[in-house]
Order: sequence, then C-alpha cells, then structure tokens
Amino acid sequence: MDRFRMIFQYFQSNSESVMNGICGLLALASVKMYTSLDFSCPCLPQYNMAYGLGIMFVPPIILFLCGLILNRQALVMLEEWRRPAGRRKKDPAVIRYMCSSIMQRAMVAPVVWIIVTLLDGKCLICAFSGSMDPQKFVGFANVSTEQVQQLLAKVPCKDDELMRNSMSRKAVSRYLRCCSQALGWSILLILIIAAFLARWLRPCFNQATLLQARHWSNYIDIEQKIFEETCCEHSRLFAHKCILHFFESMQQEIRLHRFSLPREGEEAEGGEGPLQGITDQDQVNKLLKTWYYEKPPLDVSQAHQR
Amino acid sequence: MDKFRMIFQFFQSNQESFMNGICGIMALASTQMYSAFDFNCPCLPHYNLAYGLGILLVPPFILFLLGFVLNNNISMLAEEWRRPRGRRGKDAAVLRYMCCSMAQRAMIAPVVWLAVTLLDGKCITCAFCTSVPLESLGNASHPHLSQGEVQRVLARIPCKEIYNGQQLIANEVAVRYLRCISQALGWCFVLLMTTLAFLVRSLRPCFSQAAFLKSRYWSHYIDIERKLFDETCAEHARSFAKVCIQQFFEGMSTDLEAARHHLPRKAPADAGEAAEKLLGITDQGTMNMALKSWHRCKPPLHLHPPAQPTGNGWAGEGKPPTHPSAPQKETAAYYSWV
Repeated sequence: MDRFRMIFQYFQSNSESVMNGICGLLALASVKMYTSLDFSCPCLPQYNMAYGLGIMFVPPIILFLCGLILNRQALVMLEEWRRPAGRRKKDPAVIRYMCSSIMQRAMVAPVVWIIVTLLDGKCLICAFSGSMDPQKFVGFANVSTEQVQQLLAKVPCKDDELMRNSMSRKAVSRYLRCCSQALGWSILLILIIAAFLARWLRPCFNQATLLQARHWSNYIDIEQKIFEETCCEHSRLFAHKCILHFFESMQQEIRLHRFSLPREGEEAEGGEGPLQGITDQDQVNKLLKTWYYEKPPLDVSQAHQR
Repeated sequence: MDKFRMIFQFFQSNQESFMNGICGIMALASTQMYSAFDFNCPCLPHYNLAYGLGILLVPPFILFLLGFVLNNNISMLAEEWRRPRGRRGKDAAVLRYMCCSMAQRAMIAPVVWLAVTLLDGKCITCAFCTSVPLESLGNASHPHLSQGEVQRVLARIPCKEIYNGQQLIANEVAVRYLRCISQALGWCFVLLMTTLAFLVRSLRPCFSQAAFLKSRYWSHYIDIERKLFDETCAEHARSFAKVCIQQFFEGMSTDLEAARHHLPRKAPADAGEAAEKLLGITDQGTMNMALKSWHRCKPPLHLHPPAQPTGNGWAGEGKPPTHPSAPQKETAAYYSWV
C-alpha cells in the first residue's frame, strides 16, 4: 500500500509540472529553431509575401499541434469526452476546464515564435517591402512602376548588387523593422495584461465550480494512470501464474511418461523448489520446444483452483 | 519474488520511456549526421539530380531500418507472428498494434532528416538548379548558348567559385529562389507530418478505444511473459547447474572414498560448515583430480534425487535405476543455454 501511496503522490504533484516543463521546452525549442533557421527571403515580387507570412504563421501551427500531441492530458480529455456515459455521468464543466488548460499550454510556444519573429523583423521586412509606398522614399520616387516593384522586392536582400549601398533600402528596412517591433511589443503587452487579468480576476467568478472542475480533472488523470499501472501489475501476475502453470503441467507430463516406479523422495521434491521437477537435458529441451510450439492457453483458472 | 517485481516494474514503466529515449537519440543523431556531413554538389548536369535526391532520400531509408533494428520488440513481434498456434489463439489486432507502434517510432528519425535537409536547402538547390525558370529570373534569350550549354552553366549554380553564368542568371537570385522553394517544401512537409500525427493520436479515442486498450494490454502481456519466461529459465538453469555441480563433487568424493578404502573416513561430527563446503576434497592431489575430471568427463545433464541417508556413507543404494528416457550422456562440453 505504501508503494501505491508514494506513486499517487508522485503523479499528483508532478502531472502539472511535467506539462509545464514540456510547455517550457517547446517554447525554448521554438526560439532555438528560429535562430538556427537560415532565413533567406527570395526577393522576388510575388514570392516575398508568401514566404514572409508563411515563415511567420506555419511554424506556430506546427508548434501548436506538437503542444497538443505531447500533452498527455489531451488524450485523457478526448477519452473522457467520447466515452459512453455508462454508469458514470459526464460533466461538461470538467471537460471544458481540461480543454482550456490544454489550449493555454499549447499556445505558449506559437506565441513565443510569433513574438520572436516580430521582434526580429526579418519576416515582416520580407513580406511587406513590396507593399511600401515608393513616393515616401527618395531612391524609389522617380522609378517606373515595374522597376519599383522589383527594387522594393529586393530590399530584404542586403547583399544584392543593386541594393548594396542604397540609402533608400536602409530607410525602408528600418521603417519596416520599427513597425514590426512595435507590433511585437504591443502583442506581448496585450497578452501579458490579459494573462494577468485572467489570473487575478478568476477567483471573483465561479471559484467553487473551478475548484470542482480542477479536482475532477486531476482525478480523471490519476485514475487513468492507475488503471494503466494496475493493468501492468495484472499482466505481470498473469504471466507469472501462466508460466508456473506451464512448468507444472510439463512436470506432470514427464511424470506420466516415465517408465520407472516413482521413488519415495521424488513426490515431495516435484513441484517445489526452483527445479520444478525438471532435472534432465531432455526434459529441458522438451519444455523449451513445447513453449514455442504450443504456448499455454491464456487461462490460469485451473492454477487458482489447485 | 520482490526482486522480480522490482525488475519487471522497472522494465514495464521504463519500456515506453526507453523506446522514446532511443527515438529522441536517433533524431538528434540524424541532425548531427546532417551537420557533420560534407555536402559536395557535383555541379554537373545529370549528376546533380541523382546526388541531391540521393542525399535526400537514402539516409532516411537507412535510419528507418536502423530504427527497427534498434528496437528490441522486433524479435518479439516476429516470434509472435511466426509461432504455431498451439493451445493459444493468435490475435491479429495485437500484431497490428505492435507493428504500428514500432513503425511510428522508427519514422521519427527519417522525418527529422527530411525536414532538416529541406529547411537547409542545399539538396534541393543541387538537385533542381538546372530547372530554374530563366524567363522570369534571368535572361532567357541569351545568344551563343545551346540548350546543353545552358544546362551545364546552370548546373554550376551551387558551386559559386566556378559559376560563370552571371549574365544568364545571377547566382544569388537563383540560390535564393531555390532555397525559398526548398524551405516552403520543408515547412509544408513538417506541417503535414504533424497534422497526420495529431489526427492519428486524437481520432483513436473517438473510434476504437476499447479495441486499443485490449491490444495494448495483450502486447504488454506478451512482452512481460517473454521476459518472465527468460528469467524463470535462467533461475532454473542456475539451480540445475548448482545441483549438477554439487552432485559431481559428491560423486567425486564417494569415488575417492571407494578408492581410499584403507584409510578410515574421518568422522564429520566436529566438521563444521567449512569442512562441509570442502565436499570431502581436502588435498592438492584430490583437487587436481576433480578439476581434471571436470574437464575430461563432465557429468551428464541429469540430476539424481537426493541420496537416502544410509549407515556406511555409501551412496550406492540411493542411486536411481537408469530409465530409458534419459540415458547417461558422457558429453564433454555441453552447456544448456536456455
């Protein structure tokens, strides 16, 4: 019993921290992924926007899905949602609570990616350099329309021979980076204020319902883990009984086929002790062959009745 | 039994995490392999495609097979698949579950390799540099160059040092274009894989949860049963060996007594434990004879029941009559590897 209690406490205390840990790891992974990604804007009129916005929005979707996949509680919630009601009612408040906590955790890594992208600025420069108004920038003001599109598309590429020392390129680049960083910081500020308000104002609304929902969602999680643990225990015991039963039945078969009279000491010896009455090379070989060719049935009820 | 229980709980609780660990290590190994690999595009018209696609597709295949090889459960799956039916039916659902879970784990390293390769861009640049759209990116109507020569020039795009087609198409423009396509492909591939994984994982509880629980239980059971059987056989072999060796030494010591009939046997009344452990072999000559006998004439793999206690210490009456099913074997070197 003590062992079970220790295990329960471990699971109870660590379920949340395991999930928070995974959340944090994904956020770090998203930063690392961004820094190791070799961002290379195509600098072509139609491709820039697709590339820039793609880099800004596709990895967050991937990170969000990863956050859902790696979260064990998501699976538990789905099972609870889809199970037949049976003899236990389903509580939608619990399912809603679990869903919201899973979503919140899964949203952290995508938000980190988007904010890092915006604060860095390369994506926005690549995506929107072609949408700038050329009249605002000296170098692009008096150029024909097609050419200006080509030139603006080349702004993100610093090393391009046309753009290498262009002042206007630097102006456009600075302008877009400023907008990007402003957007990034604003989003960060809004999110942090929202999180702060949500956490601070939550006790004012429905605290009792929240406590209940949290308790029962923890309960469902723990119950699932214990069920798996019990199944493992059970299969281990089942296997143990099955194998012992197999050895005993082999021993009986051997005894039946022996021609000599049973000796006095043997009855007491057979079945007890680690040798299980199997004391011969041939007997061992027969046992191993029978194990492969004729595995015992998955039925230990006779073993119980002995 | 407690020792068994601890060992098996360790295996059971850590089986999944052990396999996940191997998965993660292989994924890291694949990224490390890619970064350590010295990519060398041949920059020749037909070789580029072969080289680029080869580097893109052959290592994932190798990693996939390696994922199966490193998985201990593959032999368990094969055994369960090929065993005769005997007295226990075979459940196809269990085999499918085992196969699927192994395949899923083995797929991770190849997917990581493909993703890293596509996001890096070198392979696609090398493979498709001859297919760059000259009309939109460069000067398609360049005189003096036949189709073959254009191909040769374009094939040198990945090799900046020897590229001589700046008038045809700027090197940076082509490389940027190809890398953009490659990264787009890479991100789409990763998105597709992640969506598939998400769907597989989240649709399962909606449709076949009961069947899944059954398959999972029985596949764990088969695994545990196999390990437990191996443990039991090892225990049996240990006891077998112990009794066999003990009977060998007892046999030696009775032989020696028979040979030394002129010397009275020392009464073991005050012998104590140490003398018991000596098993009647108390001098160099006897020990040498015992060792020689062990090497030249190993005892048969057939244990006698414990000898009945008799007055004069002769074990002759206690010897069992030989029975036809187990003739005395004088094998010199046989080890029962169970």
